[in-house]
Amino acid sequence: MTYVGIIITYVFISNMILSQFLGLCPFIGVSKDTDSAVGMGFAVTFVMSMASLVTWIIYHGILVPLNLEYLQTIAFILIIASLVQLVEMSVQKFSPAMYKALGIYLPLITTNCAVMGIALINVREEYNILESFTAGFAGGIGFLLAIFLMSAIRVKLDKERVPRYLKGAPIAFVSGGLMALAFMAFDRALLTNLIG
Amino acid sequence: MFNFLKGLFKENPIFVLALGLCPTLAVSTQVVNAIGMGAGVIFVLIGSNIMVSLLKNFIPDEVHIPAYIVIIASFVTIVDLLMQAFLPALSSSLGVFVKLIVVNCIILGRAEAFASKNNVKDSIVDALGMGIGFTVGLLIISLVREVLGAGTITLFPMGDFSGVIKIPGLYDAPARIFSLSPGALLVMGFLMAGFNWLLSKNKNKEN
Repeated sequence: MTYVGIIITYVFISNMILSQFLGLCPFIGVSKDTDSAVGMGFAVTFVMSMASLVTWIIYHGILVPLNLEYLQTIAFILIIASLVQLVEMSVQKFSPAMYKALGIYLPLITTNCAVMGIALINVREEYNILESFTAGFAGGIGFLLAIFLMSAIRVKLDKERVPRYLKGAPIAFVSGGLMALAFMAFDRALLTNLIG
Repeated sequence: MFNFLKGLFKENPIFVLALGLCPTLAVSTQVVNAIGMGAGVIFVLIGSNIMVSLLKNFIPDEVHIPAYIVIIASFVTIVDLLMQAFLPALSSSLGVFVKLIVVNCIILGRAEAFASKNNVKDSIVDALGMGIGFTVGLLIISLVREVLGAGTITLFPMGDFSGVIKIPGLYDAPARIFSLSPGALLVMGFLMAGFNWLLSKNKNKEN
């Protein structure tokens, strides 16, 4: 697949949240206001791109030559956990302003299914290193787009009268469902029409 | 007994705590997937709770999260390999979500909140309660989605029985949207609201 195709696929067609349900916990948990949603979105994009790169190198550089593919789950989760730690420390040291904006979201990302998910998807789709990186980055942008739209909806919802039992998470799920319905307009046929 | 029952209702991992949502929504298109996923989660939960509870005095506090993650990842790998060997069809329809059990917040949450502070017996009971609560939640969602979205209930094939129950009326004209991703989010939202209503009714009775 071309790089443009990968970007369109992971931002719109197989959007991490709205069509693959990866990263739903922050989607519901951190989408109450727009600022933190955008912060979380950028932090996830950054970690997803880095994680795609590093897991590809470790998988194809170490696990495959040694026939240790069955260790992939353990290896990936350790890579992601240490990567998140590393990113947190380096951001704190080199860019205090960025740390202030993203810092509190970074620890949460270790257990974000989207990061682990994209690493596993890269292996399944047999992407090369640049395709993996592109998929990770596009997946992150898709996540950012969905969580940003969701936070905008929830800010509006706060001002509306919502039936008592639907308040909070349930109405967020219903709004997410309607959003996913709109995203269904993006499908494989669209991709074929766009880039052939 | 209390530890066991709280996972089923009052602290239901899916509807009340809203943990482990990614696999819940993704695999709930067929009842058989929900059963497979539930069994996998119960196995990993019991295994990791036992190990964490046994090792709680040996794991240094500074590295307890990475240590728990390694324990969980090992059990997930066991489940993944067993499923590929003995239930290849189920394994391929669950796809990456078997491996994603490792980032399921329920498991790390229970290791951290319960098994690291309690003895082995209580930890097993807690794991069973939470695991069954998760499976029941998953079963409810998948039943609603499969019946409305495909008009079928898919179980394991046994003997003459093909494993698929067709529901007259719905099978010919299903509301396909429930099998697709928007349906999952909508069903989840309304089921959560229903659970809120049940819980508040229960609370009123206790008062």
